Amino acid sequence: MSALLEVDNLQISARNDDDELTPIVKGVSFNVQPGEVVALIGESGSGKTTIALSSLGYTKPGLEFVGGEVRLHGEDVISMQNDRLRGLRGQRVAYLAQSAAATFNPALTIGEQVTESTVLHGLMSQEEANRRAEDLYRALELPDPDRLGKRYPHQVSGGQLQRLMAATALCGKPDLLVLDEPTTALDVTTQIEVLKSFKSVIQQEGASAIYVTHDLSVVAQIADHIVVLYAGEIQEYGTADQVVTQPSHEYTRRLMYAVRPPPAAGQGDETSDEHQRKAPALEVKNLLAGYGRTQNGAPEITVLRDVNVAIERGHSVGVIGESGCGKSTLARVMAGLLPAAQGEVLLDGAALQPALQQRSRNELQKIQFVFQMADTALNPRQRIDKILGRPVEFYHGLKGEEKRRRVGELLQMVELPQEFAGRYPEELSGGQKQRINLARALAASPEVLLCDEVISALDSIVGANVIELLKRLRKQTGVSFVFISHDLSTVASFADQIVVLYAGRVVEQGPTNAVLSPPYHPYTRLLISSVPELRVGWLEETMETQEAQAGIDRVVTLTDKGCPFFDRCPRAMKGTCDEETPPVRNVTGSHSIECHLSEAEFAQ
Amino acid sequence: MSDQANNTDQSFSFDELPDAPPKRKIKLSWPGKIGIAIVLFWSVIVVIGPTISPYHEADILDEDLFIVPGSDEMYPDTEFQPPSKIVYLGSDYIGRDLLSRILYGARTTIGISVLATLLAYLIGVTAGIAASVGSRYLDMGLSRVNDALLSIPSIMFALVLIAALNSPGIFWLILITGFIYAASVFRIARSLGQEVMVSDFVEAAKVRGEGLWWIITREILPNIAMPLATDFGLRFVWVILFISSLSFLGLGVQPPMSDWGSMVKENLPGLVLGSYAPLMPAFAIASLTISVNMIVDDLSAATGGKLAKRMIS
Repeated sequence: MSALLEVDNLQISARNDDDELTPIVKGVSFNVQPGEVVALIGESGSGKTTIALSSLGYTKPGLEFVGGEVRLHGEDVISMQNDRLRGLRGQRVAYLAQSAAATFNPALTIGEQVTESTVLHGLMSQEEANRRAEDLYRALELPDPDRLGKRYPHQVSGGQLQRLMAATALCGKPDLLVLDEPTTALDVTTQIEVLKSFKSVIQQEGASAIYVTHDLSVVAQIADHIVVLYAGEIQEYGTADQVVTQPSHEYTRRLMYAVRPPPAAGQGDETSDEHQRKAPALEVKNLLAGYGRTQNGAPEITVLRDVNVAIERGHSVGVIGESGCGKSTLARVMAGLLPAAQGEVLLDGAALQPALQQRSRNELQKIQFVFQMADTALNPRQRIDKILGRPVEFYHGLKGEEKRRRVGELLQMVELPQEFAGRYPEELSGGQKQRINLARALAASPEVLLCDEVISALDSIVGANVIELLKRLRKQTGVSFVFISHDLSTVASFADQIVVLYAGRVVEQGPTNAVLSPPYHPYTRLLISSVPELRVGWLEETMETQEAQAGIDRVVTLTDKGCPFFDRCPRAMKGTCDEETPPVRNVTGSHSIECHLSEAEFAQ
Repeated sequence: MSDQANNTDQSFSFDELPDAPPKRKIKLSWPGKIGIAIVLFWSVIVVIGPTISPYHEADILDEDLFIVPGSDEMYPDTEFQPPSKIVYLGSDYIGRDLLSRILYGARTTIGISVLATLLAYLIGVTAGIAASVGSRYLDMGLSRVNDALLSIPSIMFALVLIAALNSPGIFWLILITGFIYAASVFRIARSLGQEVMVSDFVEAAKVRGEGLWWIITREILPNIAMPLATDFGLRFVWVILFISSLSFLGLGVQPPMSDWGSMVKENLPGLVLGSYAPLMPAFAIASLTISVNMIVDDLSAATGGKLAKRMIS
């Protein structure tokens, strides 16, 4: 059988302002057979999206085809005329962009958008297309397929929207599907549901697909062949099983190393207990916080409820939960950006003012906040030496030569060359900016560092390097960390204490080992089982478990009565869990679980 | 998997791929370069105009100058004369040299416009930043007053003020123009300020404990300077046209001082006589405003900070 798509010695270059050509894709060749999923994997800048888009005969502005051919059914798409390309795109090759939320038009119904291109290309009448869309909703296991088409995009969840994108692409029965990082922006629990339905619908439809991602463990679940790219060149090309189990190229091994192992007991960084007896570095007690106007001690929308967390000196506490669980809100309350409505924040055992305006400079210096997006957290109009020099001057009063030396030290601490002091943030890469972001917080010589999703926006290899850096800095400086992430394996590899937040409540907390080994809170179990493992066939196994069937792809809802996890819990007891606030059960020492299930029931 | 996890050896030779874009620089297009040349030309004229001009702006030229040698006409017309060796650009409606009046007028027109625009920026940006960093009530108060000012047609407003002050002179002209244009600058400065105010780096400065003054001068102003500079160029053009229209109506610069706008107005009857006199100052206005616009186009295409800072100060 001949290949559906043949990419043959493809070369794409970027033309800059001075009319010079810089090669972006340097002679890439691979095939996609009918009914096969080929994954393109690599970091940002490796050219994976550029290659994927070339199958549509398209390049981003500023790029141009320099050589090679991309043949669909033996016909070159690069040299195709515009009107023929229009017939190709959306009909024979369909593209799925990364963010469904940004792709759907909020003013049109879902049905109109799913069927639009099919009807526009004259492939089907509106009625046929509507029927076809309904079949696809069923195949993608979307709720209420009969009426889903009449709803608007904001009425469905993010994971559902992502699957609806697949329906849009598949509606016209294309030969080839191009998926560009379709699950990267999703929570783990949502991701597995989306992956599963993508996989099953691709099998049902017999479609071929190019799957672009930077996440090797996602690829292992869905791809037949894997193409590993680095700097526009193929490093390794083989079947999924072969690449995952016996990577032959060094770069693939590097990528595998960057995939953090699935969370398991016994991998958290242990630190000595010598400081245990002193007051914790930072502690929050009976916290209640939220947004909107506060009346009678309760804000309009309560996000955090009854939160008690202590960060021991020199320890790192990981805060984990899906989006909407209140992780960032907790960090903002600690930093004083969002004053708590009730409860208190203690630094070294002494209560802090809730709002940062009332805290002293000395107190501010001890708690530093590292923002999630280094792109927006660094002032684009300040040079690096000014960004790092300001906290040094502000808190420690260093000036002139002393200040310059300290900035040099800080750059060295985050493993950046000294010349970077003279650069502007826009002249740095994403990982380098994140390092500067960290260095700015360290410049204050803090006692507690609040890291809010610091590696979520980074590529896997870059992120792994930043984690290594954080580990080293912790040993070097003895700073306590609050490490917020939605990625359990990242937290597990870094923190020695884990706090699991769900809908603003701490459902489980304790030492990393204890949290990651039974007994689990049902939510913790769901999170652990949702982290993709780097082996073929993991997805199918996971979807069999009862946690997954009950809890995946649901929206976090805030409640003020009963256990918030009630509607997603496979072991929920009606009449108890939805009515009464669950008790805090101390399992061992500092390990506690907030659940109605008794210890004996956990053991089952 | 586990042996890989334990393999903390960092000897992998693959570096992080750089994704930093090359440093952006301001690239001037051809129209931009021509624009800069023309603006530079007029700036030089502002300084040396009166020294190089052949006559004084108020000089009514003597009839003797226009006597053609060998001709027996002893009393030639001096008004609306075509360009010649005596008057390079021709003469105006009472026989003054147009070139001299344009050279003198550059100083009046450009000077008044620059001062009025700067004044508008001083008032508008100060109030706009105050509204964006201040309390909700301050913002509300300033914005509503501003809305009221904006709802009055600017030329009518100026006419009323000038009439009330009984044609008070250049100082008041600058003050009134600056005040009227401050209203539209306020809106832009406020919305730009609000945008930067909620950014992560301002939040980072707040967490650090920085004061309001630092946040305004170091975090907000440098980041809104570029769009403000772009707007400054456009606003300057509007002010030139505004001053010119006031002069055209007879309420701006008073004779015998020359000003491009009033020159268009006073020479208008010349059009029916086939004279170029009203077109010359009109070309001067057009060349300056179009040039500034061409520079602004290039500026807004690029986003470098340095030139913007120079333009704002």
